[in-house]
Amino acid sequence: MSDRTARPGPFARIEGLPIIVVFALILALFMYTAPEVFLAPQIYTTLLSTAPPLILLAVGLTFVIGAGEIDLSFPAVIAFSGFVFAVLFKEYQLGWLAVLGGLASGVLVGVVNGLLIARIGIPSFIATLGTQFFWSGMATVLSGGKSYALRGAEESSVWKLIVGNFGDPNSIAWQDQISVQAVWTALIVVFLWFVLNRHRFGEHVLFLGDSNDVARVVGINVEREKIRLYTLMGTLAAIAAMMLTLENKNYFGNQGQGYLLTAIAAVLIGGTSIFGGRATIVGTVFGCFIIWMIEAGLVASGLTGAWVRTVQGLIFLIAIVFYLFVEEPGRRAAFARRLRGRGETGPRGAAGGALPRRS
Amino acid sequence: MEETQDAGMAARLDNDPAGPSGGGFTHIVRMEGVQKYFGAVHALRDINLAIGRNEIVGLIGDNGAGKSTLIKVLTGVIPPSAGRIFVRDRPIDLAHHSVGMAHAMSIETVYQDKSLGEKQPLWRNFFVGRQITDRFGFIRVREQKRIAEDILLNTIGFRGAGISVDSTVRQLSGGERQGIAIGRAMHFNSDLIILDEPTVALAVKEVRKVLDFVRRIKASGRACIYIEHNLAHVHEVADRLVVLDRGEIVADISPRQMTVAELTEYLIDLQQHR
Repeated sequence: MSDRTARPGPFARIEGLPIIVVFALILALFMYTAPEVFLAPQIYTTLLSTAPPLILLAVGLTFVIGAGEIDLSFPAVIAFSGFVFAVLFKEYQLGWLAVLGGLASGVLVGVVNGLLIARIGIPSFIATLGTQFFWSGMATVLSGGKSYALRGAEESSVWKLIVGNFGDPNSIAWQDQISVQAVWTALIVVFLWFVLNRHRFGEHVLFLGDSNDVARVVGINVEREKIRLYTLMGTLAAIAAMMLTLENKNYFGNQGQGYLLTAIAAVLIGGTSIFGGRATIVGTVFGCFIIWMIEAGLVASGLTGAWVRTVQGLIFLIAIVFYLFVEEPGRRAAFARRLRGRGETGPRGAAGGALPRRS
Repeated sequence: MEETQDAGMAARLDNDPAGPSGGGFTHIVRMEGVQKYFGAVHALRDINLAIGRNEIVGLIGDNGAGKSTLIKVLTGVIPPSAGRIFVRDRPIDLAHHSVGMAHAMSIETVYQDKSLGEKQPLWRNFFVGRQITDRFGFIRVREQKRIAEDILLNTIGFRGAGISVDSTVRQLSGGERQGIAIGRAMHFNSDLIILDEPTVALAVKEVRKVLDFVRRIKASGRACIYIEHNLAHVHEVADRLVVLDRGEIVADISPRQMTVAELTEYLIDLQQHR
């Protein structure tokens, strides 16, 4: 408690700084192991066109995890909203109405999640596990297991305005490959940064993550804010679903697979607390970059794709343990005690001086 | 602050002699014949209790005596089964008595552990639920921080304690946390602040701080109900002690007339003769 007068160091003052440093280190490593890929601009334009769905999902999850909750149903939204959009766009030729339909389906999933969690009181882990099965099953039933190829979609204004490129579409120069979805994603992320850090809703989310009891005592409408929270998550997942479907020019039923762990990992690597109450959007975005870069970098460095999940999982675990020790002094102390307790029966001094401060 | 608050009521009741600071009412809250049943359990029996506008009332009693039920009825968390409640001498419609209404009536409860968000900075804790925002709901951070700093320095006197508005609650000691919650209640012009066992589990030095905060409540012209187990603590700051036993008010004592030891004896005596 004696150090509370000290000015916070740069690690506390600049949001997400530790993770930005880690990102830079990994990037430098890959520039060394795969210079022909990471020193060329194309990898970065590819990042800009393929990372947005992951970033949107992870930023939504930053709110959810910051509120001390979880959402496991967003891969199903990627499938379900992607299907609703694809079928309206291709079979019914509805254009922008198909986009509205896709959004509405995401809102629907989110509101249902919110009602189950806030009104009925089902723990979010269980509720969204259930809705994950329900909505992905629904997508399979309605689509009959078919995929939808959106051939010729690049001629539509929907495609051009959501996932098109800024440059000449026929050019392969990297300047012409910068994608529109990167700009949309950046705008949404900046807006949501302000919502989390400067808006009443964001503050309520953080207090919810701190303690639902406290939130209630200080006059936060806990139920309403949770429903809003899941509606936001559903909406972002729907936007991600449509970007993904348009970018691939194809809808397929399991297109959400693989996002569940990567999105959650990106949020937690970024420094949002697994216990809620503290959330960082800057951290999440760099967490996404790291997750994405591991995938590209390992393959480019000559390892097989099989290594990708292993390394992502490892970094995920290291990050969680790291943050646990940084932000939960109580746990750190308990861990130190456990080590010391063992030290008494075994060889002495193993961990005695490792953790000098009590708090 | 108080002068502007109830201008309408003051105009109607301006011949009322009570009170040092305008507003014109004798009792911030008054309960008449309040009963509360939980099924067959008679939790509150015929409670008659009036709290003066600048009075510190200590509420004491054993576990299960009905202290928290009394407070819950008083703050609108639960409705009474029978009886009448007056706020600033005006009867209130018990059908519409809710926590929000208690806020509007300027009654605020400071709970032991449930008042502050641990991981959040103080400036957010002061204003959460009542943020200063633009019309789109975005918080005016600079203004909130400025006011929070003022509360910290002037209302609760944290000068030089090494705490800033950016400190998180987690960095504060138990007594300081009570101070933050009390300061928040005072800032939002609560005329009645209810403290729910604020000194439980605090070190002696921290208890001193909390008692000082309670004196500040008195000095600022507000009323306070102080629920406490420890007789010595309430005895020191309360103007009046109300003893609750099995849902009934069994004594209403002025601590000036008794030492803590006499008071303890008196209460033990009371227990044995009931």
